[in-house]
Amino acid sequence: MAADSDAVAAILRRRADPTQLLQILREAQEARGWISPETARAIASGLGAPITRVESVVQFYSFLHDKPRGRYRILFSDNITDRMLGSLALFEHMLKRLKLSRGEVSPDGAVSVDLTSCTGTCDQGPAALINMRAITRLDARRVDELCDLVRAGVSVAEWPADYFRVEDNIRRAGALLGSHYEPGSALRAAIALGRQGMLDEMKRSNLRGRGGAGFMTSVKWESCRNAPGGERFVVCNADEGEPGTFKDRVLLNSYAERVFEGMGLAGFVIGAARGLVYLRGEYSYLLEPLEAKLEKMRRGRLLGASICGAQGFDFDIDIHLGAGAYICGEESALIESLEGKPGKPRIRPPFPVTVGYLGKPTVVDNVETLAQTTEIALHGGRAFAGRGTRRSAGTKILSVSGDCARPGLYEYPFGVRVEQVLMDCGASDVAAVQISGPSGVCLTPDEFRRHIAFEDVPTAGAFMVFGKERDLFEVARNFAHFFAHESCGFCTPCRVGTALMRDALDKIADGRGSRYEINELMRLAELMRRTSHCGLGQTAGNPVRDTWLKFRPAYERRLIRGEFDPAVDLDAALARAREIAGREDAGAHIGA
Amino acid sequence: MSATEPVILIDEAPVPFKPGETILNAALNAGVFIPHLCWRPEFEPHGSCKLCSIVVNGRNASACTMKAAVGQEVEVDTPDLHAYRRTLLQMLFVEGNHFCPGCEKSGDCQLQALAYDSEMMTPHFVEFYPRLPVDASHPDVLLDLNRCIQCELCVRASRDVDGKSVFALAGRGLASHIIVNSPSGRLGDSSLSATDKAAHVCPVGAILIKRVGFKTPIGERRYDLEPISEEATRCAIESRT
Repeated sequence: MAADSDAVAAILRRRADPTQLLQILREAQEARGWISPETARAIASGLGAPITRVESVVQFYSFLHDKPRGRYRILFSDNITDRMLGSLALFEHMLKRLKLSRGEVSPDGAVSVDLTSCTGTCDQGPAALINMRAITRLDARRVDELCDLVRAGVSVAEWPADYFRVEDNIRRAGALLGSHYEPGSALRAAIALGRQGMLDEMKRSNLRGRGGAGFMTSVKWESCRNAPGGERFVVCNADEGEPGTFKDRVLLNSYAERVFEGMGLAGFVIGAARGLVYLRGEYSYLLEPLEAKLEKMRRGRLLGASICGAQGFDFDIDIHLGAGAYICGEESALIESLEGKPGKPRIRPPFPVTVGYLGKPTVVDNVETLAQTTEIALHGGRAFAGRGTRRSAGTKILSVSGDCARPGLYEYPFGVRVEQVLMDCGASDVAAVQISGPSGVCLTPDEFRRHIAFEDVPTAGAFMVFGKERDLFEVARNFAHFFAHESCGFCTPCRVGTALMRDALDKIADGRGSRYEINELMRLAELMRRTSHCGLGQTAGNPVRDTWLKFRPAYERRLIRGEFDPAVDLDAALARAREIAGREDAGAHIGA
Repeated sequence: MSATEPVILIDEAPVPFKPGETILNAALNAGVFIPHLCWRPEFEPHGSCKLCSIVVNGRNASACTMKAAVGQEVEVDTPDLHAYRRTLLQMLFVEGNHFCPGCEKSGDCQLQALAYDSEMMTPHFVEFYPRLPVDASHPDVLLDLNRCIQCELCVRASRDVDGKSVFALAGRGLASHIIVNSPSGRLGDSSLSATDKAAHVCPVGAILIKRVGFKTPIGERRYDLEPISEEATRCAIESRT
């Protein structure tokens, strides 16, 4: 264990601050794949924090483990789009070949195989994470090859590079994705405009946040700039966890300079010297290239002191990694996580613009929002506002996946009709489109003439296509399992409600549900919408409500006719008693 | 009520408030009961149990975290809010293992008292029956996670009042649970003492002082004598005078 404590000591020398706890744990876990009790104690005593502080963080995040997980930790992405591509059969196949059950570690301590929430590779699934590296385009042959490599003990670093190839799949490039970009040009343009001038352009642009809520970005920046307090922060929300969304992955892979410069622009306007990127754990493989890009920007004086030679414009960026918690996409949960705590949403107000990271005024913007600000710096707010609709300015990047010929990224001016997107991505015989992920809205063909825009169908970017042969009940059930898994547990309605919804849908799937369960589901959805602490719980009932309204036959063919079937199977409950009594006669059974 | 004191309207009746006060505070001080479990006047509001869910000018809110402000029209006692609160109580009952007849806290338990007050007749949902530990290692205090409702009052009391941080909430979702700050993870090895605030704030029977069980006979306990809705508002008003 000496090696462990040495490693912990080395990490603590660089990160001697409890707010770094999540990053410390992530790094400490790299050696063995789990946090042993000794490691946890060493970290707690090194930080002068109670052991419970460490344990509560380890137990909150899906990618931190307090038990051994194997040298090869394989996680299949369990989004509905992966399932539609046959992921569950491949998952079962791998478990069978490796003689494992779900989540079990092989007796030799070599490997564990489990499911995880959407890994953001829906356009090239079925996908998996292997020791936090993304593997795409799985098929039976590839799964067999993986099993062989695991059995032969080949280190993941030596696996064929092709496994880890993640394509951008940009199918339609618009004003942002399609334009040539000169590094530093947005920062120089902003410096020429001045801090107030840049803010004025932001106001003219009418840019609204691309993370889903659609709050006016200039208002956020101005409120933060005007908030009392000295130090300020810019946070880039790269916790792209909404199932079906993967645009930020591409922006960070191929447009990172624009995202980072966008953070610089925010820092310039609000007077912040520090920016933080919260990168979801599923995108860990992007960390090294992103760090390299930051280093290059520092060398080019696009980060650091006196950016582009402008006195007083100092700004630099750190990257924090998440560790598998969808809730951290909520901005106040994200800030808690940045502070090294479990990601539980704060009570709002106060909002982050006044009380954010470390209690200081903080702007939290989505990756795509920040990239868009470089367009505004370069071409002015008026040009930006000229695209899209009056209330939804500019372009929007859609992550298209599911039943279509060409999944990938599509950038359109706001206002594009759903049917246009479907035509462009090669989708025919479409039964439904789930917009903006499970927490969004499910549209049917009679709604395909609606527009993607904040005033009609708002979206954070996910666009999942379901063909006529798809079972929308199973879609809703997949989403319900997702929410129950991702609920942070803070408030009663979401913590218990998501589990009750999951169980009711499972009962219906079992062929034992009736109208009673449907009534219960609708009642729970309404309760959760009205009383949950944050958006997760408030929207978790949407998929069930939408699909029950729009795809009723998918439910009805599963429902039993009677009023109610008890959840407890009385006859099964007697099995142990029969065993003890040695009876199998009719009198020892109920209702059989 | 002085002429200049600002007021909000709760179920159409004027309720005065002091600037900075929450709606829950103002309501209790005025004798209007809003159910709550994770809130106590001496602690920062937590806003997690959601029993105090209300509607303010048409928007959903929690009375314990929402500041009172002039112009607010607050709905507390409406049929749908009443139904939500009862359902939330049922959720708390089924996610743990709450067997009132065998619990030392019976009659003094806020969860039980609120259930009576909201006319909850059954747990309604299928019980989860989770397997949860009982920690009897401490000489003077019992910790029974079967009855924990995750209000985090013990967490706040130990951290903010006792300065010990004996308790913390760990895990996620339905797996959230209280953990203990000690080398073994057991209460007996922690620095908790029976005189700590944290040993006395549990609204249910998850943290109990040993050897005083049934000192007050069943039938003569706090909520046996008086419904919680009357007890809470009476205490709030008495503590002001």
